[in-house]
Amino acid sequence: MTIFKFDGTFDGLLTSVFDSFARKETPDGLYRENDSLPLFYDSMHEVVTDEEKAGRVWTKLGKVISHGARSALVSAYLTDNPEFPWLAFKFICRAVVSETSIESDFSDPSVLAVLKECRRVRGEAHRILQFLRFQKGVDGTYFAMIEPLFDILPMTLNHFKDRFADQRFIIYDRLRNYGYFYDTQELKRIKLDSDMQYMATGKLSDEQLDSDERLFQELWRAYFKSTAIMERLNPRKQRQDMPVRYWKYLTEMNGKL
Amino acid sequence: MTEKVLEKLKILAAAAKYDVSCSSSGTVRNNKSGGVGNTVGGVGVCHSFAADGRCISLLKIMLTNYCMYDCAYCINRRSNDIPRATLSVSEIVNITMEFYRRNYIEGLFLSSGVVRNPDYTMERIARIAKDLREVHHFNGYIHLKSIPGASRELVNEAGRYADRMSVNIEIPREESLKYLAPEKDHKSVYEPMGYIRQGVLECAEDRKRMRHVPRFVPAGQSTQMIVGASPDTDRQILQVSSSLYSMPTMRRVYYSGYVSVNEYDKRLPALKQPPLVRENRLYQADWLMRFYHFKAEEITEPDNPNLDLEVDPKLGWALRNPQAFPVDINKAPYELILRVPGIGVKSALLIVNARKFRRLTSYNLKKIGVAMNRAKYFITCGELTAPSIGDVSPEYVRRQLVSRKSGINPQQLTLDLS
Repeated sequence: MTIFKFDGTFDGLLTSVFDSFARKETPDGLYRENDSLPLFYDSMHEVVTDEEKAGRVWTKLGKVISHGARSALVSAYLTDNPEFPWLAFKFICRAVVSETSIESDFSDPSVLAVLKECRRVRGEAHRILQFLRFQKGVDGTYFAMIEPLFDILPMTLNHFKDRFADQRFIIYDRLRNYGYFYDTQELKRIKLDSDMQYMATGKLSDEQLDSDERLFQELWRAYFKSTAIMERLNPRKQRQDMPVRYWKYLTEMNGKL
Repeated sequence: MTEKVLEKLKILAAAAKYDVSCSSSGTVRNNKSGGVGNTVGGVGVCHSFAADGRCISLLKIMLTNYCMYDCAYCINRRSNDIPRATLSVSEIVNITMEFYRRNYIEGLFLSSGVVRNPDYTMERIARIAKDLREVHHFNGYIHLKSIPGASRELVNEAGRYADRMSVNIEIPREESLKYLAPEKDHKSVYEPMGYIRQGVLECAEDRKRMRHVPRFVPAGQSTQMIVGASPDTDRQILQVSSSLYSMPTMRRVYYSGYVSVNEYDKRLPALKQPPLVRENRLYQADWLMRFYHFKAEEITEPDNPNLDLEVDPKLGWALRNPQAFPVDINKAPYELILRVPGIGVKSALLIVNARKFRRLTSYNLKKIGVAMNRAKYFITCGELTAPSIGDVSPEYVRRQLVSRKSGINPQQLTLDLS
C-alpha cells in the first residue's frame, strides 16, 4: 500500500490531492508529520506544500461544489478529530472527479464528516461570541481571555470588530498563546508576555482595572442572580447550555475577583 | 452609579424575570460608523444561562415595578407589599451600554409596570429606546414591551427604535382574563398588536418605493401566555397561538408555566410546582406548528383537549394515527418524513438531499442523526426488519417508548402483591 505524508496544513491537504492526481496514484492513507505511521507499507510519498498547486485545487473545488460547501470544508478542517484529514482528502478527490456536486450526499462518510465537523467548529466559534467577557482596563482597552477547543479566534474577529468598532480591545487565546489587538482602526496579531499574572488567571489586577469596572461586574453578578426563578432551578440545563469549561472566564460565575 | 442602583437593579430584574421572551433573533444589522453594536440574526446569541437554565440574552428589566393594575397572576400587582423601585432613563441607558461593551448582553428588553396611565408609561419606554439609538448610537438589539392601552402615536414612536415589540396576552381566553384581571380585556391587548402589525406592513410598502425609509420593528412581534393560572385547555391555548401565527408579523408565542407568586389569591390554583412538563409539551406543540407543518387541530383531540404529558405531541399524533405509517424514507415527500417521530428538521433535510444519490439504509439514517429507537416503528427503508406500528399496535409502541425512558423493562414480570 501507498501512503502520503504532509505537513498538516490546509494548503498541504490541497497539495496532497494535486499530487495524487499528478502521480496517478491513490494513497491508502494520509498522515501528518507527527502521526505515527502504519507498521507496513510499500511506499511513502512526502508531499511538499506548494501554494500554486494548492491554489489550483482550490479553484477547481470552487467550480464543482458551492461556495458554502467549500467554506464549510475550511471550517471543518480546524477540528481536532485526527481522522478528519483523511476524510477531507477523500471528500475533495470525490468532489473534483464527480460531474455533479456531491456536497449533499450525506450517506457518504466523508461528506457527512465535513458537515459534522463544520458544525462542531462553528458551534465552538459561536460559543466564543456567547461567553467571551471583557474587562475594562485603566487605559480604556477591553481585555478578554479565551480557551477555545479549536483555533477559531480568527473566525470571530469580524463580529467583534464590527460590534465594538469604537473601543480598543484585546482578545487572547491562552492555549495557543496568541491574540489580536484592535486599536479602533485595524486588528494586529499579538503575543503577550506569558509571565504576567493576568496570563495565568485571565483577570486583570486592581491597578490595571478601570475605576468603574468592579461596579459593573458587581451589577452584572447581581443581575445574573436576581433574574433566575428559584422555583424552577435547573442546574443540569444550565451546564448543558453553558458547559463548565467556559466558567473560568465568566464574570458571573466567579465571585469577587 | 452606586449601591442604590445595585439595589434597584436587583428589584427590577427580579420583577421582570417572569417574562419569558429572551430571543435576540430576527434582525441582521451591521454596525454604522460611529456606532456601537450589531445584531446577528439567525438564532441570536445567548450570553449566559441562569441557575434556572433559562438563557440570558438581553438585559431584561423593568423601568418600574409600581403598577396601577391588580392582576391576580402578577407579582407586581398593586395590592402586593413588595419592595418597589424605579430606574431613571439615564441609569438604564448607562447600564445597558456598559454591559453591552463587556459582551454581557445582546441588548435591552424593556418592560414596565403601568404608572399613572398607559401613555405616560409608553412614552418613557420610547424615550429610553430613542436615547440609546440617537444619543449613544446604540445599534444592538432592543425589545420593547408595548403597554396595553397605549396610543397609536406612541407605539409608532417606539417601533422606530425597537427591533422587536411585544404585548402579552397572558391569559388565553377572555373570560378567564376578566376573572383574574377585571381591569383588563383582550381588546387592550389586540389593539397595540394591530398597531405594530400595521406599522410593519406600512413600512414594508414604503421601503419598496424608497430604500432609505427607516425600518419599523424589523424582528416582528411576540407574545406570551401564562399556563396553569386559568382553567384553559391546551387545545384552546394552541388554537389561540395558531391564530396569532397567522398574523404576518407574529414571530413567537411564549408559554410561561405559572409560578404561584400570589398564593393568597383564591382565584388562582394552588400549585406546589410550576407546570413545567406541560409548558415543555406546549413548546413542542408550538414547534410542530412552526416547523413541522402541523395544524393546531391535529395536535390534540377534541374529546381529549390536553396534551399527553407522558409522550411528546409528535409521538402522540403518530400513535393516534397509525394508518399514516410506515413512511418510506426513500420515496415519501419531505412533509411526511417530518412527521416521523425521531426525525427532526435537520435530519429530514439531510435525508431528502442524500437519497438523490442512492437508497438510504437504516445504517445511513443512524449516522445522519435519526433517533432510530423511535423512528424504527414508523419507517421502511429497504432492509430494515423492525416491526412497524401497523404490525404491532400503537399500545405496544407506546409501552416500548415510554418504559424505555423510565428505565423499566417491560419484559420483566412484576410481582403483584395486592
